[in-house]
Amino acid sequence: MAECIVIRVNGHAISVRDGITVAVALLQADELHFRTSVTGEPRAPLCGMGICFECRVTINGHTHARSCQILVREGMQVVT
Amino acid sequence: MIVVVGAGPAGIAAALRAQECGARVTVVDDNPAPGGQIWRGDSNVWLTRFRASGIPFIASARVITGDAQAQTLLVETPEGARKLTWDKLIIAAGSRELFLPFPGWTLPGVFGAGGLQALAKSGLSVADKTVVIGGTGPLLLAVAAYLRQHGAHVKLIAEQASPAGLAGFAKELLRNPNKLLQGVALARHIAGSPYVTNCWIESATGQGRLEAVTLRQGRRTWTERCDFAAIGYGLVPDNELATFLMNSPNVVIAGTGELNLAILEGEIAGFTVAGYPERALGLYGKREKAHRFATALQHTFALRHELKSLPRPDTIVCRCEDVTFGLLCEFPNSRAAKLHTRCGMGPCQGRICGPAAEFLFGWNPGSLRPPLFPAKIGSLMPATTE
Amino acid sequence: MDAQDHQYNIALPGTTIDALIVGAGIVGAACARELSLAGLKVTVCDESDVIGGGATAAGMGHLAVMDDSEAQFALTSYSQTLWHELSPQLPAEAEYLPCGSLWVAADAEEMEEVNRKFRFYSARAIRVELLDEQQIAEAEPNLRPGLSGGLLMCAASVCYPPCAAAFLMKRITFLPGRRVIAVSSDGVDFADGTRLAAGLTILATGTEITRLVPNAPVYPRKGHLLITDRYPGFLNHQLIELGYLKSAHSTESDSVAFNVQPRQTGQILIGSSRQYGTEDPATESHMLSRMLARAVEYMPGLTELSAIRTWTGFRAATPDKLPLIGPCESLNNVYLATGHEGLGIATSLATARLLADHILGRASAISLEPYLPGRRFAAHG
Ligand SMILES: Cc1cc2nc3c(=O)[nH]c(=O)nc-3n(C[C@H](O)[C@H](O)[C@H](O)COP(=O)(O)OP(=O)(O)OC[C@H]3O[C@@H](n4cnc5c(N)ncnc54)[C@H](O)[C@@H]3O)c2cc1C
Ligand SMILES: Cc1cc2nc3c(=O)[nH]c(=O)nc-3n(C[C@H](O)[C@H](O)[C@H](O)COP(=O)(O)OP(=O)(O)OC[C@H]3O[C@@H](n4cnc5c(N)ncnc54)[C@H](O)[C@@H]3O)c2cc1C
Ligand code: FES
Repeated sequence: MAECIVIRVNGHAISVRDGITVAVALLQADELHFRTSVTGEPRAPLCGMGICFECRVTINGHTHARSCQILVREGMQVVT
Repeated sequence: MIVVVGAGPAGIAAALRAQECGARVTVVDDNPAPGGQIWRGDSNVWLTRFRASGIPFIASARVITGDAQAQTLLVETPEGARKLTWDKLIIAAGSRELFLPFPGWTLPGVFGAGGLQALAKSGLSVADKTVVIGGTGPLLLAVAAYLRQHGAHVKLIAEQASPAGLAGFAKELLRNPNKLLQGVALARHIAGSPYVTNCWIESATGQGRLEAVTLRQGRRTWTERCDFAAIGYGLVPDNELATFLMNSPNVVIAGTGELNLAILEGEIAGFTVAGYPERALGLYGKREKAHRFATALQHTFALRHELKSLPRPDTIVCRCEDVTFGLLCEFPNSRAAKLHTRCGMGPCQGRICGPAAEFLFGWNPGSLRPPLFPAKIGSLMPATTE
Repeated sequence: MDAQDHQYNIALPGTTIDALIVGAGIVGAACARELSLAGLKVTVCDESDVIGGGATAAGMGHLAVMDDSEAQFALTSYSQTLWHELSPQLPAEAEYLPCGSLWVAADAEEMEEVNRKFRFYSARAIRVELLDEQQIAEAEPNLRPGLSGGLLMCAASVCYPPCAAAFLMKRITFLPGRRVIAVSSDGVDFADGTRLAAGLTILATGTEITRLVPNAPVYPRKGHLLITDRYPGFLNHQLIELGYLKSAHSTESDSVAFNVQPRQTGQILIGSSRQYGTEDPATESHMLSRMLARAVEYMPGLTELSAIRTWTGFRAATPDKLPLIGPCESLNNVYLATGHEGLGIATSLATARLLADHILGRASAISLEPYLPGRRFAAHG
């Protein structure tokens, strides 16, 4: 089994399996509000393959990061 | 140097065949690992051979533009932008799913069918999740089987095609024994999840996340509670790069939605581009057959007219810019709609709403300009050639 | 020709259209609105089926005041007043944003020019503020440190031109998909073989004017733009380097200048390039990268932002950098409203007002003289 690492989601530390994407980590933690649409709706991943941009979150201060394409790293700061 | 864009079945087959012929090959793909959509996280003969082949693989590399004259590609990687020079280019960029807007489709928890499978393959646990699958085509069955194997409770598979159409498909299967076996295997995995034809998801509801979907079959409508919905109305080729570089004689395009056809097209492209077209001769017959099968599939799973009336005036069509169906109805074509509503102006560059609008309104997609995919500004500045 | 003649023409028996406007860009749209408000029956035609689909779909929409010449100043400042008056009526999608614009001085020499502009505008009652090194850094934290200062043009704003044009065209009869191939004193011929009679015709065809009036001194001047994803707060004002003037004024060589704009969406629109001698609308990567490199010199943080799309457009340039507004020399009842180079959005409202004043025999706030199509031009450089 893969090892666990710790990332922070909106300030809360969560333990996740290494090797998974940020999108999977968030979904696994039952976080379904990834981004807020331009009219204020909550949105979550749709395509799972980097095309739709619905899974965007802020990672280590970088906005508009597509979480379905990025693997988790120890100490990563994720803001939805 | 042959550069192959895409490390799905077609790209891998192309690269391996070209290498067999003694050509120098490099493969680029925007995913961290080879495999493409279908083979994501799997292992099989092709992938194993590819990994052992020593063919350079540039991972997490998104092609952001290309130049047919200079024969270059600009790719963006986490380490920065790189310019690749090619003598021959094989584009095996695969496809994405077609999504048709319906009320509630923007709720978190509504995924693409392939999308949910991709997430599951990258580690999402679906055990004990209740899932409703809807849309059209054999992918729905594959996704259902995969999710069930991983512990999901697949309540229902809603297939919009009619049973009569499917009967035609079954006949086609009988002519392709391989397919039939695959089909039987799938059928075993989905036994227990009703496969309902003439049926589609009409709306999704929930407070801030998906709680239930409403289905329709003929006059009957009913509601199913679920954690996730997985929707897919077929595939749309990712042909932006191919269209952009089409005018170059040194560019070959390989691979379409269906697996066997993709592999065959990849192999043929690999042999041909490496200068040994005669080695591909034996494959043409098979490709013809695979092509016939793919055409039959398309025919069987042609989208029914009623799906055009799923969106209500307040249903969002463009998810990046939140443009509603009602607003779009006021415009004559995609360009007018784009300029006056921002439909398709967001970061997906119309990849999701464009094909939907094509189905709903018959609109042509807009023109292509670099970057073909959103890219860092730094990546669009002078890059060194390799 | 005096106003009386026109009154007569407008009432010409058998004509159902008082004024036909060829071109549904922002200039044609503004003319349509002015004449329609004056009570004329107006129709607008365009070869495309989109309102504002030409240069208007490509322009930055900076509603600026400029001081290249007194005549340019008069037109831009008058138009800015008109935009200001109109702004409360503009719909949300016109994205009117009164962000102000800021000329950026990189060194002492450019600061001299800032001082000159300050005196020029102050003397003409335009609200401007001088910023020193520290003030400009505070106004725009993402500019590189060490710039000398700048000039803030307080009343400048930006808009989204295609929707502004659509607003101006509201309730005006629009004939989409109709290309005019010939113009005469009593109407036009369309490519589909039909004719349309009109009391007067205004050619607001942008760069395409030479297809209808071959000797019009208008040349296409290509520009590139790039838009980013949404980064609210990254940029506060429209920023322009003083080197922009060198770029805008050079009449032969290709040039780029740092010219960035905050959109109401939080996006950043990055310009701009200027090229003569090409009519190919393709995005050219060498121009794009030159333009971006220039922008990054001023704002290093731009490199990390995500670019969504690039496009190009053609400005209708004239030899003396002033538009052509007024009667067409060779044809009665035909008027020109084109040649606005990089200021057609900004000056559309004043163009329309001046032209309507002229047609209707009303007094004008500023003189039309410098913009008359029949004026003398020095040989094109
Ligand atoms: C202030 C401002 C902000 C903007 N913001 C954004 C933004 O956020 N996102 C964004 O994406 N864009 C944005 N744009 C850009 C704008 O929408 C267009 O990208 C730009 O005007 C070029 O238009 P286009 O791509 O629709 O035109 P093109 O498609 O280049 O149109 C040129 C002409 O060619 C025709 N044409 C092109 N291809 C074909 C074809 N295959 N078959 C037949 N005809 C064809 C079109 O119909 C059209 O008449 C913005 C523009 C402005 C002015
Ligand atoms: C890169 C760039 C940046 C710019 N930035 C700014 C800025 O910040 N501020 C500013 O004020 N301006 C700016 N401009 C300039 C501005 O965009 C133009 O001056 C303005 O849009 C001109 O409007 P128009 O109505 O004259 O022309 P267009 O918008 O080009 O309209 C002309 C219309 O006429 C139609 N037409 C042409 N010929 C025919 C025919 N024979 N029959 C029927 N229809 C015809 C065309 O289809 C078109 O729709 C910029 C331009 C570019 C290219
Ligand atoms: S889920 Fe579509 S881009 Fe990540």
